[in-house]
Amino acid sequence: MTVLHPAPKISTLTNIRETLSQAMGDHLLEAREEHGEFLFSVKREAIDDVLRMLRDEHGYQQLMEIAGVDYPSRAERFEVVYMLLSVTKNHRVIVKVQTDAETPVPTVTNLWPNAGWLEREVFDLFGVLFSGNTDLRRILTDYGFEGHPFRKDFPLTGYSELRYSEDEKRVVYEPVELAQELRTFDFLSPWEGADYVLPGDEKAEMPPVADPKVTDSPKDTGAGPKTDEKAANKVSEGSPAEKDAGEDRTPPPAPTEDRPARAKRKGKTTDTKAATTPRKTVEPNKANVAPADDAGASGDKAE
Amino acid sequence: MSGLTLEKSPTTGDETISNYTINFGPQHPAAHGVLRMVMELDGEIIERIDPHVGLLHRGTEKLIEHKTYLQALPYFDRLDYCSPLCMEHSYVLAIEKLLNIEVPERAQYLRVLFAELTRICNHMLNIGAHVMDVGAMTPNLWVFELREDCMNFFERASGARMHSAWFRPGGVHQDVPLKLLTDIGDWVDTRLPELFGDAMSLVTDNRIFKQRNVDIGVVSKEDALAWGFSGPMIRAAGIPWDLRKSQPYDVYDRMEFDIPVGTNSDCYDRFMVRVKEVYESAKIIKQCLAEMPEGPIASDDRKVSPPKRGEMKQSMEALIHHFKLYTEGFHVPAGEVYVATESPKGEFGVYLVSDGSNKPYRCKIRPTAFSHLQAMDFMCKGHMLPDAIPVLCAIDVVFGESDR
Repeated sequence: MTVLHPAPKISTLTNIRETLSQAMGDHLLEAREEHGEFLFSVKREAIDDVLRMLRDEHGYQQLMEIAGVDYPSRAERFEVVYMLLSVTKNHRVIVKVQTDAETPVPTVTNLWPNAGWLEREVFDLFGVLFSGNTDLRRILTDYGFEGHPFRKDFPLTGYSELRYSEDEKRVVYEPVELAQELRTFDFLSPWEGADYVLPGDEKAEMPPVADPKVTDSPKDTGAGPKTDEKAANKVSEGSPAEKDAGEDRTPPPAPTEDRPARAKRKGKTTDTKAATTPRKTVEPNKANVAPADDAGASGDKAE
Repeated sequence: MSGLTLEKSPTTGDETISNYTINFGPQHPAAHGVLRMVMELDGEIIERIDPHVGLLHRGTEKLIEHKTYLQALPYFDRLDYCSPLCMEHSYVLAIEKLLNIEVPERAQYLRVLFAELTRICNHMLNIGAHVMDVGAMTPNLWVFELREDCMNFFERASGARMHSAWFRPGGVHQDVPLKLLTDIGDWVDTRLPELFGDAMSLVTDNRIFKQRNVDIGVVSKEDALAWGFSGPMIRAAGIPWDLRKSQPYDVYDRMEFDIPVGTNSDCYDRFMVRVKEVYESAKIIKQCLAEMPEGPIASDDRKVSPPKRGEMKQSMEALIHHFKLYTEGFHVPAGEVYVATESPKGEFGVYLVSDGSNKPYRCKIRPTAFSHLQAMDFMCKGHMLPDAIPVLCAIDVVFGESDR
């Protein structure tokens, strides 16, 4: 794969995967090279031996990070990922182990002093235990917090919220109460992995019917002289809109001096050509006569 | 009084020696945020420090798992709010690495240019705070002027002074006006060296400043490596390690600059490394301005970066791309990468795990301050109580990033 991206360029060492795989020997479960990064999965109980070997014999002096990842579908759901850096070889490797909520991972605090907080963080957020770490307290969450918030089954909103209570004059913890449901939009298109059923799709899953419906006789289809007779009749007698046109409408506003009424159309034409073509002689007085009459007539009626 | 341990004097028997346990913070002007340190003191000598972090924990990584890749970007501005663009840098590079997409040259130059401006901006805050915490007022006021200038530049590029969200996967959000580039050039040539030089002339040879910083918090090379130090902290220890040089990203491999290192590995060296880095950053900015080519500022891969507004009004396809990008977002192929860049404070890394969908499966952020702060205990042991302040300042800690 040709590298197109501008991400950090790390020195290329020949045969690093083979060399390190050989050095790890039995402890190694899987070695991968992905996007130019080297990932080694090793046995959980051997992690301290592997990391010590990498530090002392292969020059990976620095432990930059320990990350936890939760894969709930796996038998051992947690992955603990160690990022090592060699400043002499200018190289990075990633070493990881798998564990579950009960089985502890050997600590590496005896190899790197800064592993203490990093392990505390993984413990705090995922509940992974580290055997040998003498100071496994919570670090990022609140004092007295319960649960491990970065597990995938921990809700985003958490379980408790706190506020200052004016009655008790102290901060109180209460169960979370949302004024509005947390909005989670599913923007995945149905062709790319969304797990909802499109309307109609459920039919594909339906089992075949025991005795299928057949139309052998005319009785089944509903055909016959009765239907023919009905079909011969005209269905509609002109739509109601057409019938009442012009009578039930809201009348136009009464004309004023500024806004005289429009002249009445002649005949039943809907052709606008006559209306839009300019007339040769304009007779404003005559045009005003008809609506005036109209208004007068309607006024009479009302009286 | 809890925490007060009384101990019989071994000599006379009628006086008692007591060890104090005091709380430094969580609200303290020199704590640079919400840091609580439980200090055990023997008189005024620090016996033990137990820093309690996490008071600013907002669960950023959890929130990111519930957002699309693009929606997660602004969270990075809010990590280290003193150098927001450098935080975005690691994240966009991690996405680009997973996608393996090409980024146009101009975008890479712009990112380097603004990352260095951010570095200056960050160091202005740290240097100013450092001198103020040990007693000087004026230099802080002067370097804040420069910080304000930087903020104005960010505003002119992105529309926001701090939370820019300007680096995007595939490039940057918008091109910059030409006048902005010329203004930055003028600023780097005239105002920055003048004002910064003036401010530092008051500090670097100052007797009181040296008394407070020289030989405080000395860390050997071996310890610096073992404690996972990075950035100015490891360079002050005499190790010329800079990710911009050793593992260059974007166009840093074309830049010529030096890596300042310390000789004594004390707080004064850490301070001076940052002072020198400001001048090196200015050098990089000048080179960027001189060499920056014309051209597009974002990838032309329409599955990742949105089309131009004008194009959207003309082309149906562009409109669809825009709609899809801002609702569903883009899909990142399954895989995992750890990408670390040289943020002003040290190695800032992002471990990004993708499951092939439009949201990150896991995004672990490696804060620089976490390892450094952990070493507070060992750096301060045996020092006087007031010496904890310069040690903390020289770490350059920001709790948005440390606590996430």
